[in-house]
Amino acid sequence: MSTAGQNGDNGIVPGVARQVAAVPASSFRWRPACEAVLIPACAVLAACLVFGIFCLIQGRNPFDVFAAIHKAAFGSFYSFQNTLVRAAPLMLTALCTALPARLGLVVIGNEGAMVVGGLAATAAGLGVTSQPAGVLLTVMAAAGALGGGCWMMIVAALKYLRNVNETISSLLLNYIAIALMSHLVNGLMRDPASLNKPSSFPIPEEKMIPAIGETNIHWGLFIGIAACLIAWVLMEHTTFGFKVRMVGGNIRAARMAGLAVTRLGIVTCLLAGAAAGLAGMIEVAAVHGRANESLNAGYGYAGILVAFVARHRGLPILLVSILLGGILASGGILQREFKLPDATILLFQGMVFLAILFSDSLYGRFKIFKEGGA
Amino acid sequence: MNTESIGWWGVVVGILAGALRGGTPFLLVSLGECITEKSGKINLGLEGSLLLGAMSGYAVSHHTGNPWAGVAAAGLMGAVLGAIHAWLVGRPGVNDIASGIAMLIFGSGVAFYFGKPYIQPSAPQLPPVPLGAWSDTPQIQSALKISPLFFVGVALAFFMAWFLKNTRWGMQVRAAGDAPAAARALGISIDRIRLLSIVCGGSLAGLGGAHLSLFYPGAWTESISSGQGLMAVALVIFARWDPVRCLMASLIFGGAQAVGPSLQAVGISTGYYLWNAAPYVLTLLVMVISCSPKRSLIGAPGALGSGS
Repeated sequence: MSTAGQNGDNGIVPGVARQVAAVPASSFRWRPACEAVLIPACAVLAACLVFGIFCLIQGRNPFDVFAAIHKAAFGSFYSFQNTLVRAAPLMLTALCTALPARLGLVVIGNEGAMVVGGLAATAAGLGVTSQPAGVLLTVMAAAGALGGGCWMMIVAALKYLRNVNETISSLLLNYIAIALMSHLVNGLMRDPASLNKPSSFPIPEEKMIPAIGETNIHWGLFIGIAACLIAWVLMEHTTFGFKVRMVGGNIRAARMAGLAVTRLGIVTCLLAGAAAGLAGMIEVAAVHGRANESLNAGYGYAGILVAFVARHRGLPILLVSILLGGILASGGILQREFKLPDATILLFQGMVFLAILFSDSLYGRFKIFKEGGA
Repeated sequence: MNTESIGWWGVVVGILAGALRGGTPFLLVSLGECITEKSGKINLGLEGSLLLGAMSGYAVSHHTGNPWAGVAAAGLMGAVLGAIHAWLVGRPGVNDIASGIAMLIFGSGVAFYFGKPYIQPSAPQLPPVPLGAWSDTPQIQSALKISPLFFVGVALAFFMAWFLKNTRWGMQVRAAGDAPAAARALGISIDRIRLLSIVCGGSLAGLGGAHLSLFYPGAWTESISSGQGLMAVALVIFARWDPVRCLMASLIFGGAQAVGPSLQAVGISTGYYLWNAAPYVLTLLVMVISCSPKRSLIGAPGALGSGS
């Protein structure tokens, strides 16, 4: 599976080599920038077209379906709140795939890191329930980030010290994390009052992350936005990010240049896991109030989708998370108004993902996007 | 030993039954992943093929009344998903792991979408092969009621080992996986070899799904798979890309899955949920031990994960 120095440009981070070349700020390259926006946008449109045809075959008016999705996701302030609440964990779990991807690692351990983060946050939070809300939430956030970070650090350590393939190890760790959570919420941490859905003891409701003003949106959204912005600055505009992208571009050249590849990898995975861990903490501290199987409700795997659609960049992740959050939020209305199964959304997601991957093979194919081209 | 006080033997029998019943989907999916990876690409989307196979197998069996028609449909639908994956990863710049996850989402989306009406109705099941008829103990009898697809899997494992080692086509598959550049220089069409291998792999995963919905647990639900399709990738590493060792690995994994429930049946429920993690921890340990910075995994196809 993992061959030594497999890193290279394995298709996820094309264009890194071009970025590495120093470009003066004054000569912003419009054409490549347009390529990076237009190709994924066209892919999403193509997926919408296919989905529309699918709706037509199923006997629903595709325009009505899209109008309903739009209405349920962005139509009113109330529905937009719903979208944003779903987008918050997506932003964070997407970073868990996006950051290591810049190093050339394909990490899919989002779900596991989120579960471990949620568990660690709950465990730490339950220890300090008597403290004021500010202290409680800070402790929970720190524990969540640390838990998720350490979990992903295992992946990086195994990769660089033992050459264990990061994709497989992170996938295995997902299952181990979920088993660990089942063990804890059915045993040590179990609240005897939770009968149908075994859960941990709850954290005090009045100390949970509050909603913003009169809305349903909680402050966790701002943690997500801040994390994406920080990731953007860190990866695109600091020497650390430059080093990471250099490793992703050509690991041998990076080693030759004297970069501490192992340390960079471990730190990047720590940050990635911390982001997913925070997602788990937010789900516990703002939505569920306790740790249970709702933690692995699929935000982890959806985060992988977001990261790939956003091509692993911080700012696009913000946008794509909100879009996908909207699509997720519209599942109910498709069921109620169109009698479509709830899996319709999953199907749509799959189509978008496939179209985006197909579009990966189109970069550099169109002359019009080349600098000085036609 | 009489029927009532089978006692601790119940644990052994339970694990044995788990190995044979729960190991069958592992076996079929891991063989599918094995042939896929031998040709140089990874398919993480076999979980999608498995789910779609389970759904379409159940649906066709329900409508035609013939479970074997269901098995054929399952294999066919698995192959269709495999073909999409193969076509995508054959294009330049498409990452096979990402494509696998997309196939996982897409395949389960299709399966859940069209499977909604089949959650309630019943479908004719595959007839079991009763190897336990010699015993008077009902537990042993029921443990040895074996899925016919298990025998298909065992036969396929040996056939695949022979095929890869001794035939011209098998050599071409290995060449595409080990040294694509050399194979191309010999005039072998890598794309065609990989397409066929991945389609066969998807079809085998579909059969694994048919075992789930048409034999054990024997009904179509959305939670029918406990990640067997994703685990296939780990299993193949565990088996070091050898079809016959895939058989051993599948039995071990099937048995490991049954340890928790079997212990619970005799009243030991400590660590019930932790036992669920046993196969994954085992695989991770095997990987940690058998990898080293100096060399890649023994038996791994050379081109795997290199993007070529």
